[in-house]
Amino acid sequence: MPRRARAGLAIPLLLLLAFVGVPLVGTEYWIGAILLPFLVLSLAGLGLNLLTGYAGQTSIGSGGFMAVGAFATFGFVVHGGVPLPLALLLAGLAAAGAGLVFGLPSDRIKGFYLMVSSLAAQFFFEWLFQKFPWFYNYGSSGTIALPRIAVFGLDVGSTLGRYYLTLTIVAGLTWFAANLMRSQTGRSFMAVRDMDTAAAVIGIPVYRAKLLAFAVSSFYLGIAGALWAFAYLGSASVQSFGISRSFQILFIIIIGGMGSIAGNFIGAAFISLLPLAIDHVAQALFAGHVDAGLLQNIEKAVFGVLIIWFLIKEPDGLARLFQTIGARLANWLRP
Amino acid sequence: MSLFLETLIGGLLAGTMYSLVAIGFVLIYKASGVFNFAQGSILLFSALLLVTLHEAGLPFVLSAALTMLVLIAGAVVIEHTVLRPLANRSPMTLFMATLGLSYVVEGTAQGLMGAQVHALDLGIEDVPIFFGDVLVSQFDLIAATTAGTLALVLALLFNRTRIGISLRAVADDTRAALSIGINLNRIWQIVWAVAGMVGLVAGVMWGARQGVQFSLSLVVLKALPVLIIGGFTSIGGAIVGGLIVGAAENLAETYIGPFIGGGITPWFPYVLAIAFLYVRPAGLFGERALERV
Amino acid sequence: MTHPTSTIASELLLDVRSVSLAFKGVKAISDLSFSVERGEICALIGPNGAGKSSLLNILNGVYLADSGEIVFAGEHFHRIEPLEAARRGIARTFQNNALFKKMSVIDNILAGLARHTASSFLAQGLRLPSARREEARLREQAEDILAFLDLQPHRHVVVGTLPYGVQKRVELARALVGRPTLLLLDEPLAGMNAGEKAEMSGFIAAINRHLGVTVVLIEHDVGIVMNLAGHIVVLDYGRKIGDGTPAQVRASPDVIAAYLGTRH
Repeated sequence: MPRRARAGLAIPLLLLLAFVGVPLVGTEYWIGAILLPFLVLSLAGLGLNLLTGYAGQTSIGSGGFMAVGAFATFGFVVHGGVPLPLALLLAGLAAAGAGLVFGLPSDRIKGFYLMVSSLAAQFFFEWLFQKFPWFYNYGSSGTIALPRIAVFGLDVGSTLGRYYLTLTIVAGLTWFAANLMRSQTGRSFMAVRDMDTAAAVIGIPVYRAKLLAFAVSSFYLGIAGALWAFAYLGSASVQSFGISRSFQILFIIIIGGMGSIAGNFIGAAFISLLPLAIDHVAQALFAGHVDAGLLQNIEKAVFGVLIIWFLIKEPDGLARLFQTIGARLANWLRP
Repeated sequence: MSLFLETLIGGLLAGTMYSLVAIGFVLIYKASGVFNFAQGSILLFSALLLVTLHEAGLPFVLSAALTMLVLIAGAVVIEHTVLRPLANRSPMTLFMATLGLSYVVEGTAQGLMGAQVHALDLGIEDVPIFFGDVLVSQFDLIAATTAGTLALVLALLFNRTRIGISLRAVADDTRAALSIGINLNRIWQIVWAVAGMVGLVAGVMWGARQGVQFSLSLVVLKALPVLIIGGFTSIGGAIVGGLIVGAAENLAETYIGPFIGGGITPWFPYVLAIAFLYVRPAGLFGERALERV
Repeated sequence: MTHPTSTIASELLLDVRSVSLAFKGVKAISDLSFSVERGEICALIGPNGAGKSSLLNILNGVYLADSGEIVFAGEHFHRIEPLEAARRGIARTFQNNALFKKMSVIDNILAGLARHTASSFLAQGLRLPSARREEARLREQAEDILAFLDLQPHRHVVVGTLPYGVQKRVELARALVGRPTLLLLDEPLAGMNAGEKAEMSGFIAAINRHLGVTVVLIEHDVGIVMNLAGHIVVLDYGRKIGDGTPAQVRASPDVIAAYLGTRH
């Protein structure tokens, strides 16, 4: 199949670029302030996409599960003395457990109604991690930060170190998700999304598929939350994972493409780069006299317009748009 | 006992504010099947516009009238640019479009009129009134009366006017309504405009209580459990749902809160709504369609 | 009303006993009993609203009967869940195609093998050898069905974009791939032209004969039904008014009056 062959070549090239090319040419600012958050947001988008894009269960509580991952990692390291890689894994499992619990109502509750469960998760975890000082080790500001970021004794606290840590995790988890979605689990998710009555009739355990989607999705979101807090921000609080974070993740998958693995990266890139572009344009137009608050509001309005525009023009997101363009190019290049 | 009554009554009265917000949702959901996430941002926008005009020296009534005109124009624009191109798309797509719309409205509102908190004085003195030994907020009483009046006016509008009747026809059976020559686009415009007015009233009441500021738009999130409990398609349900949520969260905060650290009102209504869904999957007043295969 | 041939109980695959169903007080099925022998094609006929689709929905658990019981392969059920029905080998197609519209043909068919999948999601996500072997085996089975129903040219096409007649065949493939013992078909020929109908009834006969699958189908085209089915049950307003071989049914005065008479 030609498509497979092309993809087969593109992915090693991308990995080569990310692991070798970027550190060679990237500046501290680009790697630490653009690429790192881009990678983490892609991972979070992937997590939500598994649940919403593939399994069809809408959630606007991604921020809550990211918070679980961040605070659990902190707890395992600080209270439990667990080394970071293991703490991350355990925190992902904790987030998966939380996702499972808030997915329990999905046997009887569907569509809009199910959103209420994800909102319950969002606000419950915001409350939980703010209310009980044990979760942030009794600090006065309610923030969490790791004393040292190390993997197997190797300090990876530098920008490049944190970049490599994030990239490795994101690459691994993306590989896992892509495999999963191409296998029977992925087909069950999509069957539940497209028509859950028929899915049950042909022997797909619908409720189990939904619960698995909630758990796996939350695992990814939990890891993304931990990376957001410790690899990107350095120190985080509940405010880093508020409802607006949940919307941001949802926008990534709408813009990038529901039910697409690559779409998460495209959507996250778009959402990371757009503010920069708007900033540039505004600075050029008004010669640096733009108020930061105003800029933020312009950004917000532009985002909103783009969301609507995408839903009208390209409901399958940028991933599909790129695919169409790619196919046309290939056709055009063919003799 | 008087603590219980006070908590209950305070909650019920505060709940009418939720009802006000939820009514705006129900109108739009009935007419177009859209779960309008932008209702909160419209609430913020209209209150902010009214206050800005009023602060610029216009009389209150004139400011309100101008705001209404803008809301009507906004409804027409939204129908043209968002709803019409997305007609026949899945409810989830439409919901996400209104999420985008809420960003546009919020960004525009705050970009044009600033993000600072505006005080809004309606001339209501918030002195507590005693009924026997039960303390009741005067402001809450007036808010409750407003919600009740608004619901009554809407009920009359629905049942007695030509527009109201075509609106109900659309809600009952869109295809049949189209076949007898009802202009669906016009109906959508009217409904969005009316929902905007309801949003204006709700925005003014909420704004008077906590200042006109960004957090107003977050009221939208509280409306979801209200709608789930009351049903998405019933104005009466929205009112009852609001009362239940208001009373339940007040009671929970007073009686359960102290045992688990307090401050549970941000999440309690959602848990309540989930519990409700288990018992009544379509809400108290909603109808659930039979799944046909 | 007698069964076409008197048989011993062990040869019965399906026995519907006094099943009733009402929607909001309106009777859809009243006190219906009939049985299906292993290996036969049984057709349910009757005018629209006779309760045929509702009956299929009860047989595989989409609806819950108000009373009565179902005996399938010797086991008694008052209610059977859709998933349980699938596990026990009851497969089903729907009147208005219930395919997974955004998935490809091959993925739709593979989804029908969910109950034959043993590997865990971890094994699948990590591409462990066991999971890869299993996936290859599943794909082989799906390919067999694809070939059997002449669907190979459409393998990677997204189902929602295919013509209606092809979609019906994909749905049949998805039901068949799990190797069911009982196949319930709800109007498999609806909306087809004469050529497509002939082709489809050929497939149904082949499924029955070569794969040994017992078939219960709903169909309006009486001419085709009389040729295809060895056993016909006639329903009218939720009641059974005829049950027997095509010849017996054709000769029954009740059936002629209530159904065939009004139609021809």
